[in-house]
Formats: sequence, structure tokens, C-alpha cells
Amino acid sequence: MIILLIYVLLFIGAMIAYKFVSSFFRPSSDFTSLKTVTFGDESAVRANRAASIISIIAIFFIWSAFTGSSLIPSFLHAPGPFVGKANFTYEATLPSGDKDQGTVEAIVHPLSEKPETPSLGANAEDGFANDNIVTVGAWRSKLISSKTLIDSGVEAKITSVGGKSISPGETVNVGDIDVRMTSKGSLSVEPEKGWQMEAIWLPAPEAVVGRLIEISLHGYQNVTLFENLGWSLYRVILGFIAGCIVGIPLGYAMGLNDWFRGWFDPIVEFMRPVPPLALIPLIIIWFGIWETGKISLLFLAALWIMTIAARAGVSGVKISKVHAAYSLGASKRQIMSKVIVPNSLPEIFTGARVAMGVCWGTVVAAELVAAEKGAGKMIIAASKFQNTDIVIMGIILIGIIGYGIDILMRIAENWLVPWKGKG
Amino acid sequence: MSGLEIDNVSMRFELPDGGHVQALKNVSLDLKSGELLSVLGPSGCGKTTLLNIVAGFLAPTEGNIILNDKKVYGPGPERGMVFQQGALFEWMSVRKNVSFGPDMKGMPKKESDEIVDHLLDTVGLQDFKEKAVYELSGGMQQRVALARCLANDPDVILMDEPLGALDALTREKMQGLVLKLWKETGKTIILITHSVEEALLLGERLVVMAPRPGRIHKEYNLPFADLGVNADLREVKKHPDFSSKREEILTMIWDMEEEIMGRQE
Ligand SMILES: Nc1ncnc2c1ncn2[C@@H]1O[C@H](COP(=O)(O)OP(=O)(O)O)[C@@H](O)[C@H]1O
Ligand SMILES: [Mg+2]
Repeated sequence: MIILLIYVLLFIGAMIAYKFVSSFFRPSSDFTSLKTVTFGDESAVRANRAASIISIIAIFFIWSAFTGSSLIPSFLHAPGPFVGKANFTYEATLPSGDKDQGTVEAIVHPLSEKPETPSLGANAEDGFANDNIVTVGAWRSKLISSKTLIDSGVEAKITSVGGKSISPGETVNVGDIDVRMTSKGSLSVEPEKGWQMEAIWLPAPEAVVGRLIEISLHGYQNVTLFENLGWSLYRVILGFIAGCIVGIPLGYAMGLNDWFRGWFDPIVEFMRPVPPLALIPLIIIWFGIWETGKISLLFLAALWIMTIAARAGVSGVKISKVHAAYSLGASKRQIMSKVIVPNSLPEIFTGARVAMGVCWGTVVAAELVAAEKGAGKMIIAASKFQNTDIVIMGIILIGIIGYGIDILMRIAENWLVPWKGKG
Repeated sequence: MSGLEIDNVSMRFELPDGGHVQALKNVSLDLKSGELLSVLGPSGCGKTTLLNIVAGFLAPTEGNIILNDKKVYGPGPERGMVFQQGALFEWMSVRKNVSFGPDMKGMPKKESDEIVDHLLDTVGLQDFKEKAVYELSGGMQQRVALARCLANDPDVILMDEPLGALDALTREKMQGLVLKLWKETGKTIILITHSVEEALLLGERLVVMAPRPGRIHKEYNLPFADLGVNADLREVKKHPDFSSKREEILTMIWDMEEEIMGRQE
């Protein structure tokens, strides 16, 4: 909640600051900036690059502030968990009404340190309520049994903490720590957690980068990062190529022949809305969970997309082009290779981009289910050991690679089908 | 060569809802070799249908198309087409588009290059040889379409509103080009147009079609195409016969359209 609020404030604050700063510069006078009607004219709305940059910085800023990262100065950090010494007194009451007081000292240490348990001072204790010292890790809690606090054989109950009365189930705040009474009458010491996230929930950015370097050098569970990502990419490319080899000719056949169209229409239309992930259980039963299964799954994921793209490519041929080619003496085979194939390439490229994206998502999910190597396998294994930094690193890498694939496909498209959309 | 014969052609489209459209009824036309016929008529009177039948893309429900004493069954290289727009192959350069016909025949590159160079010179696109067709303006694209058609050396050229998508100025220039190409190559041409002026300027002979059912309404023999070959088209338009013919035909087509509107209400 607080994070969302800060995010919204950053959004508004940056916008106002940007407007203020940019008002000092002479406005540019290209065509779009001279348009007076911009609200509602979609073409007049250009992504503000400054906003994009600030947006990315804002995410890293919030991430750093709430993880106590060393990337930003510590006065920008969100309040961290309490660390240090704190103590509180408690009072125990006998059934007869006699009372005695004791003091508990809590030493709260960062999770990375492991202090030795200090021994109690030798100051003799007179009553039945004893003093105690406990060590607690930040974000953790420690239970002090009522038996250690109260002399054995004494029927006393703890009735107040820090001067405030307490009963089972209640919590009393004493300075930097909360003291909660359990249903059995023991005390649970819970230091203030602050607003920062524990590394196990969200590690600091530098921890993730550190992991990236470590894992790309030494690997994780004896598999290098390169191998993990390489295996995922290899599966995607294999499944995608298999999908193209079957799907494109099938799509052409459906676009050119009524029997093919009639025969495969119900199959394609039925399979198209089935998400590839829903096929995983069946694929496991049929092909097992290892390589064959995964590549069959990716093949199926790419197949329908490529079939439909090729079919759309054929039906998108302007009839006048086909007529013109026939009137210029082209044979059916020449119509196919000189008119239909080039004319359908833009559609096929669009399909290929979608298919690669779907395959990349599917392979990661399939590896989460079962794999020996792969990007998905790496993050699911890391999550079992609560190596959140590896999980986050993996997610970021998966995102970057998916984006990279799309950019490469777009470059290939511009290069191979420059006539796209110009017919 | 004995020319093109359109022999009593009728075309009836059966509609999916059980009805039918009589797009053409008993249309007969004879074209001498080297003749330029323009076809005029209100929208929906079956001009495109007629041209598609001559080209062989549609089989008529009745009648025959006979070219050089042979009956026509499907499309063929002896009947070239020029469409309104969008029929160029945008994945090929200008040169590749023009040499498409010769390439399909397997003509050696040297020969086809000669043809392409000559034709691009004729239509004034020599400097655009290696350009992609989508980089050209609409008028230039139609020049490419004309050159592509001529490169295949057809007996008959069928044009379906070839200048219909061009602006008025470009259109005038292109009309001159069409006349010039016709005179230089001596091809038989059927030119379909919406524009009365264009039909009068370019057609040696002009047929006006009437709708529902599509049929030939009136035929004219015109002197303007021959005049236009040697003179400025502007001058031809000043000819007193030209404006009287134009008024006559415009009135005719207006009446037809009015009749259609009346029947629909
Ligand atoms: N494939 C078709 N199916 C049904 N009706 C058609 C078809 N093609 C053309 N028509 C009808 O035939 C008539 C003539 O069409 P068309 O030849 O395109 O006219 P024009 O080119 O003179 O404008 C129109 O009424 C049109 O609706
Ligand atoms: Mg038409």
C-alpha cells in the first residue's frame, strides 16, 4: 500500500517537475508539436522519453529504498527493521495477589550476524520473576517460555508488560519491540519490522547483480547460466522450426485447396484457442516429460499459429495480382512461387513473431514442471531453496531474452519483407 | 490476324439467397485487329464482368469469346490486363515487374533486358528501373503496369479503368501515353472507363452499356483518337463534335442512372 502510494507520488511529482523544467526551454516546433488538438488525436501522443527513463529509475529507486540497497544513500531508505538492544519489564502475580517484577533484555541483530548468547549478570534475583536476555534476528521473533521467567513450582502468571496489563492473545508495544502473550501465557518478543523487505522476499538490486555475475561464472547447481538459457532457446528454436515446417505448408494447402480447408478447418479452429500449457498433462502422458515432450509441446504451440498465418497470407493475396500473373503467362507453380509465397511473407513473419513469443513463454512454464536444465528449471530450483535473488535474476533474464527475440524478428522482418503493408 | 469476337455472351450470377443477377445479356462485339474500343456505362452495368469473361477469369453462362479463330477457355498471355491499381508485385523492382512475362516464358535475360529497357524508355521510367514499385507515385505505377503488359507482347490488351485512381492532371498525361502506345504497338485494346471524356478521346469506337440486364445500348464510331495521336488532347477537346457528343452521352447515362434510382424507390 505504502509502496503504491509512493509510486503514484513519484509519477505525479516527476510529471510536474518535468513540465516545470521543460518550460524553461524553447518548445520545439516540428509538425506534431504545432498541433493544437492533441487530446483525442492518437498520432499526436508520442511516448515522452524522459518519462520512460524516469519510470525505470523510479522502479529501481523503490526497489532500492525498500531493500536497504547500498545503491542509494541510506537517508533515502525506507525505515528498516529495528536493530540493537531493548528491554522491558514485566510483572507476574501469584494467585494470592503477591507480585514480582523482572526485566527482559532483547538483543536484535541483523540476520547476517550471529551473536553469541550473552550470559546473565550475576545480580542475585530475589523474587520469583527472573530477569532474562534473548537474541532475536531482525524480522524474526523469539518465544520466552513462562517457565524460564518464573521460578519453577511457583503458580504465578504474567499480568503486565512495560506497565501495561496483558492477557493471552494480546500484544503490548514497548518501544522498539512488540511483546505478544501466547495462549499458554509465554511471551513472544517481536522487534519492529520497519518498511523494508527481507532479502528472502525481495533482495536488493546489487544482490541480484552479484548473483548474476556469480552464476554466469560458476553456474548454479553445476549448470552454468549460459547452459540453462541455451537449453531453453534451443528447445524454442527446435519446436518453432518444426512448427513452421509443418504449419506453413499446411496453411498454404488450406488457402489453396477446398478439401484441405474443409478437412483441417475444424481441427485448426478447435486447437487455436487451447492454450499450449493446457496440453502439458497430456503431453507428459504421451511423450514423457523430457526432451521429446517439451519439443512436441512447443511444436504444437507454434503449429497452429503458423498454419493460420500462412492461410491468412494466401487469402490476403489481391485477386488482381493473381489475375495479372495468369495473364502474363504464369503457370500454377509460378503463381505459387512468384506471387503467393512473397505476398504471404509479411503475414508469416507476423505469425512467426507471435509464435516465438508464445513458445518462449511455454518453454519456461514447461521447464517449471520438469526439466534438468533450462531457464525455468533454474528459477524453480532456486525458489525451493528460497534463493529469491536467483528467481528475480531469472525472471529479468527471461524478459530480456523474450524482448530480444522480438526485436531480432522485427529486424529480420524489415530486412526480408520491406514491402510489408505497401501493397 | 482476325481479331476478337465477343459472341452473344450472357452472364447470370446465382446468388446464395436463391435470387440471381443478370449481369450481361446477349452482348456481341467484333473487334478488328488493332482497334481501340472504349466501353462506357453506369456503375454496375457489367463492364468488369465483360472484361473478366474476355480475359478468361470467368466462364460466361452463354456465348463464346473467340480470339484469332480460337475459342477462349482460360486466362492466357495473348490477352494482357491492366487493372486500376494494386496489381503490381510490390516485392519486385520496377525492372522485375516489367520482365515478369518474359521471365515466365523462360526468355534469356539478355533478350528480356532489351525489351524492358525499351519499354521503360517508352513510358519514361528509365531512371526508376531498380526502384521498388511502392516508392513510385500512382501515375508511375500505372506506367509500370502498361509496360509490364506490353513486355509480354499480347494480341489484345484489356484495361479496366486503368486511369480511374489518378488525379485529373496525371490522368490527362496518361491518356496521351495510352494513345501513343496504341499507335506505336498497333495492339487491339478494350478500355473500360467511367469518364465520358476519356472514352471519347481514346476510343476509335465507343459502346455505351445499359444496366439490368447489362447490354449494349449504343455504339459510336469516333474520329478523336486518330486526331489525338498527332495533336494535343486539349485541342481535340475543343472540337465542336466533341462537346456535342459528350453532352449526348452524358444525358444518356444520366437518364439510365435516374431510371435505376426510380426503380429502387
Ligand atoms: N461474383 C458476383 N456474384 C454476384 N453478382 C456479381 C458478381 N460480380 C458482379 N456481380 C454483379 O454484376 C453486376 C455487374 O457488375 P460489374 O461487372 O462489376 O459492373 P461494373 O464494372 O460495370 O461497375 C453488378 O450488379 C454486380 O452486383
Ligand atoms: Mg467495374
